[in-house]
Amino acid sequence: LPSVHSLALQEQFDTAEQQRDASNLGMWIFLVTEVMFFGGVFTAYTVYRHLYWDVFARASNTLSALIGAFNTAVLICSSLTMALAVRASQLGARKTLVLFLLATILFGGVFLAIKGYEWYEKFEEHHVPGPNFHMEGEPLQPQAQLFFSLYFAMTGLHALHMVIGVGLLAWLTFQAHRGRFTALYNTPVDNTGLYWHFVDIIWIFLFPLLYLVDRHLTK
Amino acid sequence: MPEQIESPKVYLSVFAALIVLTVVTTAVAYVNLGPFSTVVALAIAVSKMLLVALFFMHIRHSTILTKIVVAGGLLWLGILITLSLSDFLTRGWLPVPGR
Repeated sequence: LPSVHSLALQEQFDTAEQQRDASNLGMWIFLVTEVMFFGGVFTAYTVYRHLYWDVFARASNTLSALIGAFNTAVLICSSLTMALAVRASQLGARKTLVLFLLATILFGGVFLAIKGYEWYEKFEEHHVPGPNFHMEGEPLQPQAQLFFSLYFAMTGLHALHMVIGVGLLAWLTFQAHRGRFTALYNTPVDNTGLYWHFVDIIWIFLFPLLYLVDRHLTK
Repeated sequence: MPEQIESPKVYLSVFAALIVLTVVTTAVAYVNLGPFSTVVALAIAVSKMLLVALFFMHIRHSTILTKIVVAGGLLWLGILITLSLSDFLTRGWLPVPGR
């Protein structure tokens, strides 16, 4: 295995700083492609919400805003522990890094468990698009299915990103435990942090758009 | 650019602001603001995005090249959304001859 020093400065770079800036830039370019990917889904949601706004309002209000808000808070907690993990890696504090990585995995797991519970509820209520779909008291069933198709696609893609994130964090925790990261070399922690915060940002937009914007119409 | 190590205080303040904004956006959703409900919800979401990006993702300490790439990404996202919606949202505005 290459030593930490050779990882901190590989031969194609002049300085460790230049190497770190280059990998950060590469990560950001990947995240921009992700922004465009989710941007297309958000645009599709906006178009259909504009077309069938009344059905979308009724369908959206079957979701629990309280659970959504709580899960948003859980994800923000995970972003805090991730930011503190990156900080610990910059300081070369191995034990603190492992602890904060584990905390991030824990919060990510709690988020996914709550999301899973919400999906389970939707299954029970026959709100999953397909032959058994039925939304009580809704005259426009196909349009309501469209809302739930978008709901499952968007939260599903987000959850998939979370699962990948948790996998990356588990690998980082293992590597950090082995003392792979030092103040000189912490690029994998840094870049995984960027990915994790990006997934948080996606949820920051999903939560109001799916759960909240038509809340006032129920009263 | 030399690595900047943020104080935990900064992270905790950003965290507190994000939690407060989450509570505010949930509470304000139950107030009838008409079409402005979406505007307010998105304004709060954009503020939260900026907090996460600038502090947690430390864009404020990034190189100018990274900043340009991020701004460019947001520009293209703007083009994607604006051009798509300028089609879909305006379809009913003018009559189609022969229909």
